[in-house]
Amino acid sequence: MIEPPAYLLLSAILFGIGVVGVVARRNILIILMSVEVMLNGVNVAFVAVGSYLGDATGGIFAFMVMTVAAAEAAVGLALLIALYRIRETIDITELKVLKW
Amino acid sequence: MTPIAMDTGALVRGLYCILPEMVVIGTAILVLLADLLLPEEGKKRLCHLSVAGVAAAILSALWLGPGKIEGFSGMIVHDGMGLFFTLTILAAALLTLMMATGYSEWEGTQKGEFYALILLSTSGMLFMAEGTDLMTVFLGLETLSIPIYCLVGFHRGRMRSLEGAMKYFLLGAFSSGFFLYGIALMYAAAGTTRIPVIASMMRDARLYGNPVFLAGIGLLLVGFAFKVSLVPFHMWTPDAYEGAPTLVTAFMGAAVKAAAFAALLRVVLLTFPAILPAMSGVLWVLAALTMTVGNFSALLQNNMKRMLAYSSIAHAGYILVGLTAGGVAGGQAVLFYVLVYAFMNLGAFGVIMLVAQREDDGYDIDNFAGIGFRYPVLGGLLSLFLVSLAGIPPTAGFVGKFYLFGAAVRSGYVGLAVLGVLNSAVSVYYYLRPVVSMYMAPAPEGIPVPRPPRSAFSFALCASAAAVLLLGVMPASALEFAERSVLSLLM
Repeated sequence: MIEPPAYLLLSAILFGIGVVGVVARRNILIILMSVEVMLNGVNVAFVAVGSYLGDATGGIFAFMVMTVAAAEAAVGLALLIALYRIRETIDITELKVLKW
Repeated sequence: MTPIAMDTGALVRGLYCILPEMVVIGTAILVLLADLLLPEEGKKRLCHLSVAGVAAAILSALWLGPGKIEGFSGMIVHDGMGLFFTLTILAAALLTLMMATGYSEWEGTQKGEFYALILLSTSGMLFMAEGTDLMTVFLGLETLSIPIYCLVGFHRGRMRSLEGAMKYFLLGAFSSGFFLYGIALMYAAAGTTRIPVIASMMRDARLYGNPVFLAGIGLLLVGFAFKVSLVPFHMWTPDAYEGAPTLVTAFMGAAVKAAAFAALLRVVLLTFPAILPAMSGVLWVLAALTMTVGNFSALLQNNMKRMLAYSSIAHAGYILVGLTAGGVAGGQAVLFYVLVYAFMNLGAFGVIMLVAQREDDGYDIDNFAGIGFRYPVLGGLLSLFLVSLAGIPPTAGFVGKFYLFGAAVRSGYVGLAVLGVLNSAVSVYYYLRPVVSMYMAPAPEGIPVPRPPRSAFSFALCASAAAVLLLGVMPASALEFAERSVLSLLM
């Protein structure tokens, strides 16, 4: 059996990939996908720790995270479509009506 | 594996403990159903239905009382602090919905989903304020945030509204990631997500010396900092506040902040005392930065909504001063200030909603020139709310700040208190600028007439004004209630 630290490392790597994606990319769609990667990194940690401790909390938490991620994706994509209809772009740097 | 026996008694107790939440959610569903059945001209009934639902929720919360009721095997608890925040959040929701009677008519938000989203978001706030498990807190946070993203972008034909919503959504989802990762790391180190259990384990040096656990607490704090918009995690606030429909801005400032601070207070008061030296340093820096950056950025604004957005950042900083002080005095000051802030913020936004005619460019300070003498009631009310926000006696804002900074001094954070007072002095400048413009500047020709308020709208404004004055002159009973609430948490 693989020990929890290995899983925690994997989850940290996934989370890190997600964070870099959010910070570095300009396409809103890619940013949304990176957020999902972050959340899945979190899920790996929850499930690994839960199964190592024999505790149900970790698994339940992972289900909750998936549900919330789905709801968030629905709202995010809806906003994205509304934005695309007005602006015809999904580049985050084009969002500059509001400043200072 | 034997099937787990269903404990009916525990289920009933759990449902009893979330009675106000259930009333709010039930109202939201009713509103959506009624939206289908009502004819177009009867849509304003939806607003009345929502107001009635929130009023019923307030009654049910009062009926539950301040006694401690645990539900769902300790996932959620209705205690004194839960009651205090439940009442604060529900009062803010009630005032918002009353103002919605007029606002919806002018801005075309007379739709079932508008009210349902406000109500669902309110239910999330209540769950967050009463959650004693990090899972409940997280679910409450998301239940409150997702409807708010929709509400900010509700005017989906307006670029500003959409842009504010998109920025808020992206940073909100990003911060939820940090929040969750923090919980995951705390779970990995402690083996539980129950806040009181974690708190009792904190006396064990192996836990708070564990770097995984410390990283978890740090990430959780980052998640909270995004939600209550602490500098340097505040970037979304001005944009979301300016872009959102003004009614939603008022609601966000008052209620979202209250819910997020409720959960933060629960975590900080229970778990931080053991690791205080490290954490109070972090909180000190965050509070100082938030107050200073918020106030100085507000100085530069010409748009009332944006100015109040920066002012809300500054106010989050003041509240954080109380959290840094910690203990009963700090907690009491935080509770009282959250309550007071809800009233002054809603009141101020309510008045500028009446004066500003158009959603996008009606909020310039120049638009308020000469209002003071021409419309004495509006001018007087706005002056009262702004004076209270600046923290000048005899308003509630003064008493609130007095207790926040007093708690800081008592806990030995004199430097932070001095910084807070200096910041308040700076803030007087930008709060009084609209007042000066209202009373001193000549009214330009052809300025639009303020909208005639609906009776519910006027009532909401008067209630906020009365609350600001009453809490300023006779704060004793509210302060005592706040103190008892904090004690119930620490016992």
